[in-house]
Amino acid sequence: MEDRENAKKRLVFVTVGTTSFDALVKAVVTQHVQDELLKRGYTHLLIQMGRGTFFPTKCDGADGSLVVDYFTFSSSIADHIRSASLVISHAGSGSIFETLKLGKPLIVVVNEDLMDNHQCELAEALEERKHLYYTRPHTLHQTLTKMELESLVPYTPGDGTPVARIIDRFLGFPDD
Amino acid sequence: MEEGCNCFTSKMVSNLSIGLLIVLGIVLLMVRVLYVVYKCGKPFPKGASQSFTTLVVLGSGGHTAEMLSLLSVLRMDRFTPRFYIAAATDSMSLQKARSFEDSLAVKPAVKEASSQFMQIYRSREVGQSYVTSVWTTIVAIVHGLWLMIRIRPQVILCNGPGTCIPLCVIAFLFKVLGIRWSSIFYVESVARVKKLSLSGLLLYKLRIADQFFVQWPQLQKKCPRAHYVGCLM
Repeated sequence: MEDRENAKKRLVFVTVGTTSFDALVKAVVTQHVQDELLKRGYTHLLIQMGRGTFFPTKCDGADGSLVVDYFTFSSSIADHIRSASLVISHAGSGSIFETLKLGKPLIVVVNEDLMDNHQCELAEALEERKHLYYTRPHTLHQTLTKMELESLVPYTPGDGTPVARIIDRFLGFPDD
Repeated sequence: MEEGCNCFTSKMVSNLSIGLLIVLGIVLLMVRVLYVVYKCGKPFPKGASQSFTTLVVLGSGGHTAEMLSLLSVLRMDRFTPRFYIAAATDSMSLQKARSFEDSLAVKPAVKEASSQFMQIYRSREVGQSYVTSVWTTIVAIVHGLWLMIRIRPQVILCNGPGTCIPLCVIAFLFKVLGIRWSSIFYVESVARVKKLSLSGLLLYKLRIADQFFVQWPQLQKKCPRAHYVGCLM
């Protein structure tokens, strides 16, 4: 019975990193968003709420609704990302690249309450390259309605080799 | 009458000499600074050195992750001994650096000097009043000076956290005063797409960084002297 359940389990993982992002948590648990997630075949919703002060209501999904659970922090969210079918994340570069490198579909939600929002730039640039969807808490529902996850372009991880080569050459090291 | 004139004249002469000495000193300093700026960014001759004492500046947010990502493709035998510095209130970064160093100690091929991990006082915490910030900035600079005198790095790797500014300015000062020549390599964070961070702006405009790297083409247009290296992450 459990195996069958796990086979059909489609998890949406929400993460706010080490920040407090009540607007996102609240948006994710609204009826609108939950209905849209159910429509898309998701079964579970797990929220990593960080330093937020808004605690969502847990739900066991007995009545056919989403199974909702939450936690504040964990030493590594990689396992949660790996078991997710969709990740909804704040705009921190760490969460973004961790998700992209694990090859999961990603919706980035920007926190409008943050004063210095240079985080926007990264999410916008990656959306331009079609690696993720980028939205705000109050437009999350619309994004979920319109999104086509198959059209997202997989992200090829970069690496520091070009920098290393230039540094080595500058310091007089022979080319390897 | 004559004596009075002599007094006056000799006073004039000594004042003039002091004035001339000061002007000469300032001119020499300016020439030295211009020479340092000119020499910055000039590559070393081939085979200049087998290894360089390296200072790695870590920072909260994505900074440490990006820095470790860069370190993982550098040949560690060329950048040793390594000193890691993080802000006093940033506990995670030094932990991550230690894990990184531990993961390196697999092959006991060459007996290397072990890496060191240090903390520096922050000039200003988020939300701290500017009045108290004056004092804490002074403390941070003095602390930075103490750390830099102990480390005297030949290479500095940094990517944007505020902690790198006092350290890079001190490094530049060391260059001007001939205390230690350090090559500063600055990689602007992957999160900076269209606009430089404050640290990046200072190090680029003031030509303090020897080599400057950006990860997005939009920034490369704004910073023609920078290397565009694509996303590191």
